[in-house]
Amino acid sequence: MDANLEAILYLVSGVLFIVGIRSLSSPETARTGNLLSMLGMAIAIIVTIIGLGDITDPLTMGMIAGGILLGGGIGAVVALRVPMTDMPQVVGILNSFGGIAAVLVSVAAVLSPADFNILDATTNALFLGSSIETSLGVIIGAITFSGSIIAAGKLQGLISGSPIVFKGQHPLNALMAISAVVLVCMFVITGDATWFWAVTALAFLMGITLIIPIGGADMPVVIAILNSYSGFAGAIVGFTLGNTALIITGALVGSSGAILSYIMCKAMNRSFFSVMLGGFGGEVAAGADGVEETRPVKRGNADDAAFILKSAGSLIIVPGYGMAVAQAQHAIRELTDELTERGVSVKFAIHPVAGRMPGHMNVLLAEANVSYDDVYELEDINSEFAQTDVVLVIGANDVTNPSAKTDTSSPIYGMPVLDVENAGTVLFIKRSLASGYAGVNNPLFFEDNTMMLFSDAKKMVEDIVKAL
Amino acid sequence: MELVGTIDPFIFRFTIFVLALFIGYYVVWSVTPALHTPLMSVSNAISGVVVVGALIAVGVPLLTEASMGSKILGTIALVLASINIFGGFMVTQRMLAMYKKKN
Repeated sequence: MDANLEAILYLVSGVLFIVGIRSLSSPETARTGNLLSMLGMAIAIIVTIIGLGDITDPLTMGMIAGGILLGGGIGAVVALRVPMTDMPQVVGILNSFGGIAAVLVSVAAVLSPADFNILDATTNALFLGSSIETSLGVIIGAITFSGSIIAAGKLQGLISGSPIVFKGQHPLNALMAISAVVLVCMFVITGDATWFWAVTALAFLMGITLIIPIGGADMPVVIAILNSYSGFAGAIVGFTLGNTALIITGALVGSSGAILSYIMCKAMNRSFFSVMLGGFGGEVAAGADGVEETRPVKRGNADDAAFILKSAGSLIIVPGYGMAVAQAQHAIRELTDELTERGVSVKFAIHPVAGRMPGHMNVLLAEANVSYDDVYELEDINSEFAQTDVVLVIGANDVTNPSAKTDTSSPIYGMPVLDVENAGTVLFIKRSLASGYAGVNNPLFFEDNTMMLFSDAKKMVEDIVKAL
Repeated sequence: MELVGTIDPFIFRFTIFVLALFIGYYVVWSVTPALHTPLMSVSNAISGVVVVGALIAVGVPLLTEASMGSKILGTIALVLASINIFGGFMVTQRMLAMYKKKN
């Protein structure tokens, strides 16, 4: 195929990816957009295979067909079987594959540079630019890989979600970063591949030491950052190959991850750097301001909750990750249907960091057949709490904590929260009085208009439906 | 007018990259927060376009030991990129199918 035609077709696939992401601006256009992205991918793959020229030898044909079938089969099974609650881990693992694929391609390019058109025929070494590009490709790719594995392990509970901090952590990371720069310089100057292998190995290690100190509460940010890294790793491979589709895609995914991590940081009132430095969450901050709560808690049961809901005109449900853990979303849908039939207006309020990844709650509610018209973002609904009769908080905690607005000593001070305390009555379904993911106590539990419903979220919601 | 030499291909690639970053910035801000999870899974899928590099590595002619190394690494990369492509697109489609308008 003509090289210019090839380049045009790669541009077409890059444009289809842009259109595909743009269509995610509304759930109505999103499905068509996803199909367009798939078309873009198909074009890129077909053009590349044609461009390989004669690949009729059985080994190459077998490797290509076998690789696509095996990978495609595994991907399909995972995509169809994975429970929606586990999406953060799945995205984490897919980030890691993107990272390691970029590493493998960069390594292959260094092994046979002539086939990748990056060999300088006059010196019989890599072009200067290419040696820098391949080094950057393996560094970002390897950090993405090992970092994502750690993040997915923390989300899945295989590795402790508490931040793992040790003395000399930051100097160690700084030392490794400097060593990486030195190794890349040595590789670029000498052209000796040994330096390249060394920097690859070091980068895998750096991914681990960078992510291990970051606590579970910050994992949504980490997943978004690693998403961004996997994009940039791909973009650098695109520079090495001179491939427009890869460069455009890498830039898109890189921006996407960076913007999502910015949104998450803002929603937690954390700076990007404080997240990356790690050590946040895990330990319970004693009474936040040092004052022990002495007020009694008002307890209730399903009948009390049903009575309150029956006489309410409006209800806002605030779901959190606890809802997903208890698999309570379907029971909540039943409750919603029951109340809507009785003429109660029911809405859902979602905090940007509810759940374990951006938009996670929305997917879980969509899975339970809650219409997306009833689901509102924080800034759209926060003023409505004051005019609402009842708020039902299910498995959320920190995102409703009013001390974020009042207590300057609180670790979550300044974080935008849902103003649930302004509603007539707050029903709080929770297992115990334990503090939330950020390890901060919630004074809302002790307010006069709060009724605590201590139970498993799913069981409690089902009991309320029965009591109605 | 006198020609002042050719422009390095790197500059062209860098131009595309920078412009794509700006496109990415505006396009991603337009994504509704309700679809941020599908956004992440579809990013995984399109990141799989690194499959292009994997295919080139698999397709290198078998001349030396190093080229065998390239082919094997390329095949592993091909499997992983395919997992991203199929897994990413299919799980995105599965999620998007769940979003329903009020009837």
